[in-house]
Amino acid sequence: MALTDIVLQQLVNGLVLGSFYALVALGYTMVFGVVKLLNFAHGEVYMVGGFAGFIVLSLVSGTLGSGWSGVAVSMVLAMIGVGFLGVLIQKIAYQPMLSAPRLSILITALAVSLVLQNAVLGLTGGRYVPFGADLGFGGVNLGNLFISYNQFILVGTAGVLMLSLELFISRTQYGRAMRAVSIDKDMCRLMGIDVNRVIAVTFFLGSGLAAAAGTMAGAYYGSLWYFMGFLIGLKAFTAAVIGGIGSIPGAMLGGLILGLLESFGTQIPGIGSAWKDVFSFSILILVLVFKPTGLLGRSEQERM
Amino acid sequence: MSDKAPSSSILQVKGLAAAYGKINALNGIDLEVERGQIVTLLGANGAGKTTTLKTISGLVRASAGSVTFDGQDITTLPAHEIARMGLVHVPEGRHILRGLSVRENLELGAFTVHDANLRRQRMDEVFGLFPILKNRQHQDGSLLSGGEQQMLAIGRALMHGPKLLLLDEPSMGLAPKLVLETFKIIKRLNEAGTTILLVEQNARLALKLAHFAYVLESGSLRMQGEAARLRDDPSIVQAYLGT
Repeated sequence: MALTDIVLQQLVNGLVLGSFYALVALGYTMVFGVVKLLNFAHGEVYMVGGFAGFIVLSLVSGTLGSGWSGVAVSMVLAMIGVGFLGVLIQKIAYQPMLSAPRLSILITALAVSLVLQNAVLGLTGGRYVPFGADLGFGGVNLGNLFISYNQFILVGTAGVLMLSLELFISRTQYGRAMRAVSIDKDMCRLMGIDVNRVIAVTFFLGSGLAAAAGTMAGAYYGSLWYFMGFLIGLKAFTAAVIGGIGSIPGAMLGGLILGLLESFGTQIPGIGSAWKDVFSFSILILVLVFKPTGLLGRSEQERM
Repeated sequence: MSDKAPSSSILQVKGLAAAYGKINALNGIDLEVERGQIVTLLGANGAGKTTTLKTISGLVRASAGSVTFDGQDITTLPAHEIARMGLVHVPEGRHILRGLSVRENLELGAFTVHDANLRRQRMDEVFGLFPILKNRQHQDGSLLSGGEQQMLAIGRALMHGPKLLLLDEPSMGLAPKLVLETFKIIKRLNEAGTTILLVEQNARLALKLAHFAYVLESGSLRMQGEAARLRDDPSIVQAYLGT
């Protein structure tokens, strides 16, 4: 394989991985924006999203088949269902803690994470669950480079979801309200914005995006596991911090950067794929040392 | 305490009290704002002026007393519902949303207005009143000068279509020329039919503008009356309002 082929192949792999990271990172960063909470249960929401997609797929595969159309329907329904789960978690676990010290709500998030993980552990007995999608192995050959249709569809879907989110945030009153709530809640109240409702919408969207990633990951990699949210949760958090936590374009950028870095990192001679996590978290440390606000984050300095 | 408060009011406050923790900030005040008027609330720093406005608009919970707006008891309503009724509070320090453009700040002022045409029409009115905002509509609102930010804060409130406007220290931090400019705008808004409750440190100017005035001291009302009468009473001005 020529060097350019390796580079292009890793670019594709990086984009796929980065799409997952970016979708999950968005939920982290949106929630952090509106309630200043690092929602460490978010990786578990992704995992539950995968299982929700699996359940829907097993229900609809009889009529729609288990190809991309069945997976697409599963993904959309999983997004909606898990979106509401996110709102429920917010109302039950986080809402009562909003005025408590920061550390309390962080611990609450860890507790939610354990509850979700153990619930799925109990239900699955800790076994890998085959997702049951049948996506085929077709693809395009470009010289020595092979891109599967699945990779196209996956990256395309992630792109469409992120573009829709960006349009929602920048063009609609609710999107503006979401940004406003992350800046000044009291002023929002004075403008007639129901802050709790905006927070609920934020959790809905963030959890829905995580469920989309979870379903696609299940379909793409072929199986689900109760612990699959842990590492991607940390990676997505890393991506959000690299991009600048609270910044939505930052989360997208951070996710893609992280995915690409991991793909290319494994190609460095002497560094195998076993080292890719070391790679990611080293980047996190470097960003925290040299640009703590992240690539696109703004500093919290108030203008007088 | 000679003059009686005006009747036919849009806002009635009775025995209003509020506290931050164990510290009382307001000890039961009564005030009324008559439709179409400018009423000003004066007093030194820490007298409770800002707390009064915050308690009326629902940002601070009243510990006793009641607030009636437009015939409806709003004492326990959440702030966003009070705003929806048309009681619009422009807080001290302007609170421009940083990271949002001037135009987006204005759009959000009309969050409760669902008719896009009405929003556009109001935006045109605000741009007519403050042409500078039109020129800067795509800039980050927090990068405007102090005077421009004040215009944006008032413009944003107007986007809402307020029945009653609460203005907290609109002249704060502005150069003298801009202070006069701001007061002219308040006067124009009132002449166009907006009822205003104005909190000000600049008592002389506020009394020139207002129809009726209340003076707060340590969380209690010390005096009330026609603004013209308070303005012309040098002893009152000296005793309560400083220079």
